[in-house]
Amino acid sequence: MKFKLEDITVYFPYDHIYPEQYSYMVELKRGLDAKGHCLLEMPTGTGKTIALLSLILSYSLERPHSPPKLLYCTRTVHEMEKTLGELRLLLRHLPRPSSLLALGLSSRKNLCVNPSIITSSRDSVDAACRRLTATWVRANAGAPTCDFYENLDRVGPAEAQGLLPAGVYTLQDLRAFGRERGWCPYFLARRMVQVANVVVYNYQYLLDPKVAGVISREMQRESVVVFDEAHNIDNVCIEALSVCVRQQTLDGATRNIHRISQEIDRLKATDAGRLRAEYNRLVEGLAQRGDLSVSDTWLANPALPDDILREAVPGNIRRAEHFLSVLRRLVQYLKGRLQTENVEKEGPMDFIVTMNSDIGIDQKMLKFCYDRLHSLMLTLEITDTDEFLHIQTICNFATLVGTYTRGFSIIIEPFDERMPHIPDPVLQLSCNDASLAIKPVFDRFQSVVITSGTLSPIDLYPRLLNFNPVISRSFTMSLTRDCICPMVLTRGSDQLPVSTKFDMRSDPGVVRNYGRLLLEMVAAVPDGIVCFFVSYSYMDGIINSWNEMGILKEIMQHKLVFIETQDVVETTLALDNYRRACDCGRGAVFFSVARGKVAEGIDFDRHYGRLVIMFGVPFQYTLSRILLARMEYLRETFQIKEGDFLTFDALRQAAQCVGRVIRSKSDYGMMIFADKRYSRHDKRSKLPGWILSHLRDAHLNLSTDMALHIAREFLRRMAQPYDKAGNGSKKTLLSQEDLEKMGEGNFDEMQL
Amino acid sequence: MSSRQVVMRARYKQSVKDPGVPGILIMTEEKFVFTPDDPMSTVNLNVDFRQIKSHKFSKEGSNKQALLNLIQDSNVKGGSYIFEFDKFSDRDVCRDFVGKVLGKLQASQSAAKNPPINSEKSDVQIHHEQISTSEMELRVKLLRENIELQKLHKQFVIGEILTEAEFWATRKKLLAGDNNKMPKQRVGLKSAMLAEGPLSDGRTNKVTFSLTPEIIQQIFTEKPAVHQAFLNFVVSGKMPEINFWTKYCRAEYLHRTKNAIAAAAEAAGDEELAIFLKRDDILAKEARRKIRRVDPTLDMEADQGDDYIHLPDHGILRDGTKESTESEYDEYRRSLLQDLNRHAAVVLEGKALDVGKGDTVTVAEALARSKQAELANEISDENANRERSERLYRMSEIEDLQAPRNYPLAPLCIKDPREYFDSQQLNALKTLGDTVAATKPINSSLSTVQAYGFLRKFISDIKEGGLVDPFIKAETASEVLAGLTKQLSSAKYHLGSNHQESVLDRLPHRTKEELLHHWMSIQELLKHFWSSYPITTTHLHDKVIRLKNAMADIYNKLQLIKESVQSDFRHQVSLLVQPMLQALDAAFAHFDSEVQKRSARTGERPNGCV
Repeated sequence: MKFKLEDITVYFPYDHIYPEQYSYMVELKRGLDAKGHCLLEMPTGTGKTIALLSLILSYSLERPHSPPKLLYCTRTVHEMEKTLGELRLLLRHLPRPSSLLALGLSSRKNLCVNPSIITSSRDSVDAACRRLTATWVRANAGAPTCDFYENLDRVGPAEAQGLLPAGVYTLQDLRAFGRERGWCPYFLARRMVQVANVVVYNYQYLLDPKVAGVISREMQRESVVVFDEAHNIDNVCIEALSVCVRQQTLDGATRNIHRISQEIDRLKATDAGRLRAEYNRLVEGLAQRGDLSVSDTWLANPALPDDILREAVPGNIRRAEHFLSVLRRLVQYLKGRLQTENVEKEGPMDFIVTMNSDIGIDQKMLKFCYDRLHSLMLTLEITDTDEFLHIQTICNFATLVGTYTRGFSIIIEPFDERMPHIPDPVLQLSCNDASLAIKPVFDRFQSVVITSGTLSPIDLYPRLLNFNPVISRSFTMSLTRDCICPMVLTRGSDQLPVSTKFDMRSDPGVVRNYGRLLLEMVAAVPDGIVCFFVSYSYMDGIINSWNEMGILKEIMQHKLVFIETQDVVETTLALDNYRRACDCGRGAVFFSVARGKVAEGIDFDRHYGRLVIMFGVPFQYTLSRILLARMEYLRETFQIKEGDFLTFDALRQAAQCVGRVIRSKSDYGMMIFADKRYSRHDKRSKLPGWILSHLRDAHLNLSTDMALHIAREFLRRMAQPYDKAGNGSKKTLLSQEDLEKMGEGNFDEMQL
Repeated sequence: MSSRQVVMRARYKQSVKDPGVPGILIMTEEKFVFTPDDPMSTVNLNVDFRQIKSHKFSKEGSNKQALLNLIQDSNVKGGSYIFEFDKFSDRDVCRDFVGKVLGKLQASQSAAKNPPINSEKSDVQIHHEQISTSEMELRVKLLRENIELQKLHKQFVIGEILTEAEFWATRKKLLAGDNNKMPKQRVGLKSAMLAEGPLSDGRTNKVTFSLTPEIIQQIFTEKPAVHQAFLNFVVSGKMPEINFWTKYCRAEYLHRTKNAIAAAAEAAGDEELAIFLKRDDILAKEARRKIRRVDPTLDMEADQGDDYIHLPDHGILRDGTKESTESEYDEYRRSLLQDLNRHAAVVLEGKALDVGKGDTVTVAEALARSKQAELANEISDENANRERSERLYRMSEIEDLQAPRNYPLAPLCIKDPREYFDSQQLNALKTLGDTVAATKPINSSLSTVQAYGFLRKFISDIKEGGLVDPFIKAETASEVLAGLTKQLSSAKYHLGSNHQESVLDRLPHRTKEELLHHWMSIQELLKHFWSSYPITTTHLHDKVIRLKNAMADIYNKLQLIKESVQSDFRHQVSLLVQPMLQALDAAFAHFDSEVQKRSARTGERPNGCV
């Protein structure tokens, strides 16, 4: 349908619209008009993505002279595919002829179509690709090249506009297109990103400086950036700037250094001119060659672009041999630091001071490590960069330590706390400040929208990410019928309390109670059931216990069992089979981990998930030093108490897990929080509003048989037909006439 | 055996414990003769099969006797003849022969009740066809089992309206289907996992595994590496089967003890054992192949390509998610979780073949062949994949926002549910409208006491005087009602009372049987009648005339039944009989018109002969 929202015409691909979607669009438009950042929380199951896409595209259609580009960031590739699917639906409803070009961008591994390169591991694809497409390789007449790349290269830059006809291209479509024309899909996508209206890619392409420096360098300011499912964005920002150094890293670095010095000697003997040219360039202050082609850049500087010094490289590392000796000394020093017997924690400044006094490397030298290494590797024309990853890590570490003075901590642990007898020293540079990585994004782009289904408490995010949103809103959901049934289960059928608290975890009574809960539910609930556990080891342990008790066998009599393992391929196939089992009516149970990959982005809507059971409260590993360092930083900077933060994080994760079962208002599902700690008010109150509003008092503190009874009633009730549009004055589904009737004046009445 | 007699060595016993008299047993279609080896013995049997009522035989077992018991008269002791054979196979041959003969006898006995002329004729007719004995047996068996079929057979074939061949022609399915009674739904694999816990004897150090053919098949389906190894070693003869399974069980035992280091040590020593202990390569390859076809909205493997944050040594290492260090023994560690996934996937795929018996070698080979066929199909399965992705794409749209889709399906409701909801709204509005002050407020208040008083007065009035001025007299009214329900619309009155009953059940038993039998006969006759048109040969022509005469017969019988039935059932019976008469009328009409057409064509041949 088509309707007018203030001064723009919005094209919406469905015949009806939820009132929440309408309000969402109104708020979003206000944010875009104000050219500021937005923070919007909209509960799951309300079609947030399509509302976003619809409004932003209609907005850009209203401004044909300078249409803002949409950079849509997702967390995973499969979410990217979903978004592009919705875009395709939207495209059909836009006015013709539409010149909209939307594409997804991913790594070489996901886009390569050269049959000789496609293998299973990512690094091989990257390295193999570079081996065929690096400029010096192509300069050699006899070397093998990639036909797809060559064909694309022949097409001149002037025709770049018309390479990809208008439309929506998922990764599969790009691959098919590339195969058909004989062009490399990856480089085609890289080129077309400049002219496309909508680009969908992973968070990292904007947040991780190593990648953003390569891909997103030329995006213009008038773009609208959307981070979808952004409740974990602070974790992503932190990890993007963290590096860890282990024993094998240092050993590998030593090998790399040795290899590089061999290469240098070889080059001196054959083509000394190249090294000299590099030296001259560095003297003049150009750390990088300005004319690097797209195919030669691999990873960019790990420090943020604003923090990279645009100066000449310091004199004592200009010559290749000097630089290598500096690196050797650095590696040696780190090896020495790793041999400590106690846990050490310090800030970057102290670390540098100590290092300087020991080996004489100062901060400036450290800052340029990355640049110098990068330049050296290009001069030496090294293509298999994955082999040199170790020395790259060391240089990244050095650069970050040299660049940042606050917001980081360096922690040296001689062994993992949980396995104290295995010596495994790790030197971790961990970023504590999530706002560092996202700051360039806020500064560079005029409108950044951060949206998710679980952003509570919503006022925490502006503090964590250090930005000022012009719009910060939390929407509630209006349901026609109570299609969500959350329950808090605190006891088993023998009335003993259940929990995954550390001291109660291995209690056989608790294990049995959990098992019986699942068994009862499996017999009563049709189609698919999803179970989330707090960690892999816990899931492993409890499933083995259930197997020994015979409970697993009884479960398998009712439904098939699929499990998430640490192997991604296996998990993907298990998911696929799980869906097939639910489709054919056999029914299945899926065991998964609350902080795992499945919980991050896989939907279990409709019959794929009629019940989700959250076994326990998914706290992070609270003794991790890095987490402690981070919480200390949060306490100092934002006055957030540790306990509060841990609870908030755990419940955010739990809410995210259970929110996977609802995708629209006609869908229904039950959620069981199986832990006695959920009945406490301080924990429960941190759940998002849309769960709390459906959590009746009668559903707190249930035992297994009571939960079973409620489940049966609920399922029976949900099977009855109901009035989709809502009754009386409270409309939950709006049609075109409703919107027209609303007009300007009555808008407030509709606002919920 | 297709010969008409069986000769076998046997021992005749009077009772089971009797050691038995050795001799030769000769059985023919009419009788069996037993001649003892010892010419001095007095046991000499020559018994007509007609005297034998039934036969029994002992079950197969390693230490049981192979007995066959021909029972003449179970009431009389010694009225049975017990024969013991040396081998079970001999006994089975004799048993089958006896069974066949007895069956034929019984069938012919019931048929022999008919006038003998017909049976002679039918004999002649039977000899015309060259049917095998086994098929004859089958027919006899079918007739014996199905009384209705027997009646029809008697009526038509013996009454020479249809020939034997024609009768069985339409029943090919029955004849064929007998041999392979494959149920439509195949039984799938067991959902319980292979929990073949070994039985360990506490006293000795022995651990026993039990492997049945079903378990073996499940092993082959779930672990293709084991299957491949079996094909390589056992089928090609390099290793005897027992050794193979011993090694397999040893590997299972090692896995169970969860001792990865010991497993690695043993694997290093024994190459074949290593195959069972290591990860399954074939499975890994299959997984890689399947991952390319998986739904892209589920594909988590593609994320690894995009993950630059977690390059080796980047990101946060000890954030608590990774919980066990990798060791070199990981290859020998097998987790329950992986087994569960694999097992569920295999059960979902279903059982590829129906292999009941046969030794493991044949099972293995058959499984391999079916897998190859499946592989070939998969490669050419692009269409199915595309269709699946289309369906997934459609499902990703939000349902209730769209306009309702018009699927080519009938809705499960009588009325549109929309009407109900709208009417509910109307009701709600009406009550709302009534109470909302749309009308002017009437301020009439009546206290409770007063209202109660009025009510009481009313009730007492009625009690005294009855309902004044009733419209009709109560007694007449009830009479009329009773008459209407019980007599005129008695069917409806009775029908509802007992839901098990139907109209047929209330007819006298004989009438019911006749009606049912006529119905079946008409079906049969009409089938043959309509299939004979267009008439092209004399044979068909004669057949049609025969059929028509039989149908006219039945027609008259039906009319008689209609008239003979009691008055209150007459209507129902005529309703029942109506369709039958209609069908027959149609057939007659067709026949007459055909005859007319033909006579018009051939002119001076009024008798209709072509």
